[in-house]
Amino acid sequence: MELLAEVEALYARYAELLDEGPLAQWPSLFVEEGSYRAVTRENVDRGWPLALMLCESRASMEDRVYAIENLVLTIPRRVRHVVSGLTIKEEAMRFIVSANFVMFETLEGGSTTCFSAGRYRDVLVRDSEGAIKFLDKTSIADAALISNSLVIPL
Amino acid sequence: MTELARNWTTNGTHRVPYWLYTDPEIYVQEQRKIFEGKSWNFVGLEAEIPKEGDFKRSNVGETSVIVARDRDGAIHVLRNQCAHRGLQVCRQEYGSARALQCPYHQWTYRLNGDLSGVPFMKGVDGHGGMPDDFDRRDHGLKKLAVARRNGAIFASFAPDVEPLEDFLGEKMLKLFDRVFNGKPLRILGVSRQRIPANWKLMFENIKDPYHASVLHVFLVTFGLFRVDNPSRTEMDATGRHSALVSRRGGDRTASVATQETASFREKLELRDPRLLDIVKEFPDPATVVMQTIWPNLIVQQQANTLATRQIVPAGPEAFDLNWTFFGYEDDDESMRARRLRHANLMGPAGLVSLDDSEVMDLAQRGIHCDNTGNAVVEMGGHGTEDHDHIVTETAIRAFYSYYRNVMGL
Repeated sequence: MELLAEVEALYARYAELLDEGPLAQWPSLFVEEGSYRAVTRENVDRGWPLALMLCESRASMEDRVYAIENLVLTIPRRVRHVVSGLTIKEEAMRFIVSANFVMFETLEGGSTTCFSAGRYRDVLVRDSEGAIKFLDKTSIADAALISNSLVIPL
Repeated sequence: MTELARNWTTNGTHRVPYWLYTDPEIYVQEQRKIFEGKSWNFVGLEAEIPKEGDFKRSNVGETSVIVARDRDGAIHVLRNQCAHRGLQVCRQEYGSARALQCPYHQWTYRLNGDLSGVPFMKGVDGHGGMPDDFDRRDHGLKKLAVARRNGAIFASFAPDVEPLEDFLGEKMLKLFDRVFNGKPLRILGVSRQRIPANWKLMFENIKDPYHASVLHVFLVTFGLFRVDNPSRTEMDATGRHSALVSRRGGDRTASVATQETASFREKLELRDPRLLDIVKEFPDPATVVMQTIWPNLIVQQQANTLATRQIVPAGPEAFDLNWTFFGYEDDDESMRARRLRHANLMGPAGLVSLDDSEVMDLAQRGIHCDNTGNAVVEMGGHGTEDHDHIVTETAIRAFYSYYRNVMGL
């Protein structure tokens, strides 16, 4: 498959798993030592490392997913990720990818709102079987202010 | 002060009327009597504005203020409102500047709030200009009283407010100094969330260890906060400030503390246990201290995550919660990484605090159109005294006891 199509397929699957499930498969898009961060532009601009969500391994993503589905009390909601404008740069066996994202949120009984918009800054690699996976994924939200709760990863 | 049309008819504070969380008139009076009254409002940490000329925006109640570090190192807190026509002078969340300038007519202020420049003040070619009796000294940015303690900055609209140390009282000062112990702080980052609930529900939440031991499955399951952990709930002499102090139990097994907690999971293990890889860092045995300081601050120490949470009311039925996570300058790399990892428990996506923001939303929805009902706040009795346990709502009752005095309710 052509590289662009492969990368696009990964992002389509990323959105599909977060929006339609099963959420438990979301970590499988990362290599085992992969990491995920949801951060705000404000912290990035100030050089502050704090993340809204920080997963430093696939195992910690699995913990996060388990908590979302079983431990944390949340008002039922749906989210929808829209990803566009992928750019890909190949660098020493890695792919530096960035893209715009928008995440809409619909709380049960409510209307749909734009929850977050921002930029992905990601590093992709091929795993041992040759499949393209996330090594590092950073979702940078433009707004510092979160509308109540961030439940599903950006 | 105007009399409120509302009347809190019951004695004591074991009943709290629901209109307290929705009434616009109550909200306006709170701004005046509480946030602009004789109180010290938390506005930020010195480490956020480390260099001369650095400033950040903050709030006292709903009112926007500028917190600026002057060339002599002094910190000023100024109302963010041009003395000319009322515009917000400062449009940036943070920055660095030699002076503050209103964009409209370019009135310019020093970092201490003094008005230093007014374009065409003397007129042009003998035309216009300000009247002869116009004195720049009368038209600075409104200056608030400022108090600093070990890196934390407080401000007050009341020039005659008591000293910060007296305001906190001996017991609360000791707990405050536990985290703000004089070691230089290092900011890790900020999180902001708008919670669709009345601001007092946030204080109630942190003053309510009862909920923490049932709602927060994460805390209970991993022993971070359980009713059978050695704990205490204490207040200052006025009841306005409080602290929940507790110690993580080694025991993760089921007990009387968990049998009434439907959500307790005895067998649950983390796949990446680093999330709870806690290192003892304070001399006392407490592993969690949640302190609420009237009228707008929560100081959080849970595991190795330290944070301030500033409450900014945004109308009767919403508030912003501004979290500032920090560590100390002398933290090594592993401690810094640990604090960032433990921050997963807290904030808008916190594995613990998510429960709270969602519950506060539901509370406000439930209360929203109820003008006659009351909350029942009777766990641990009707009193407002300290307790050496956490099966109690005493700190909420103490808070409202002080609140009623200040509000004249």
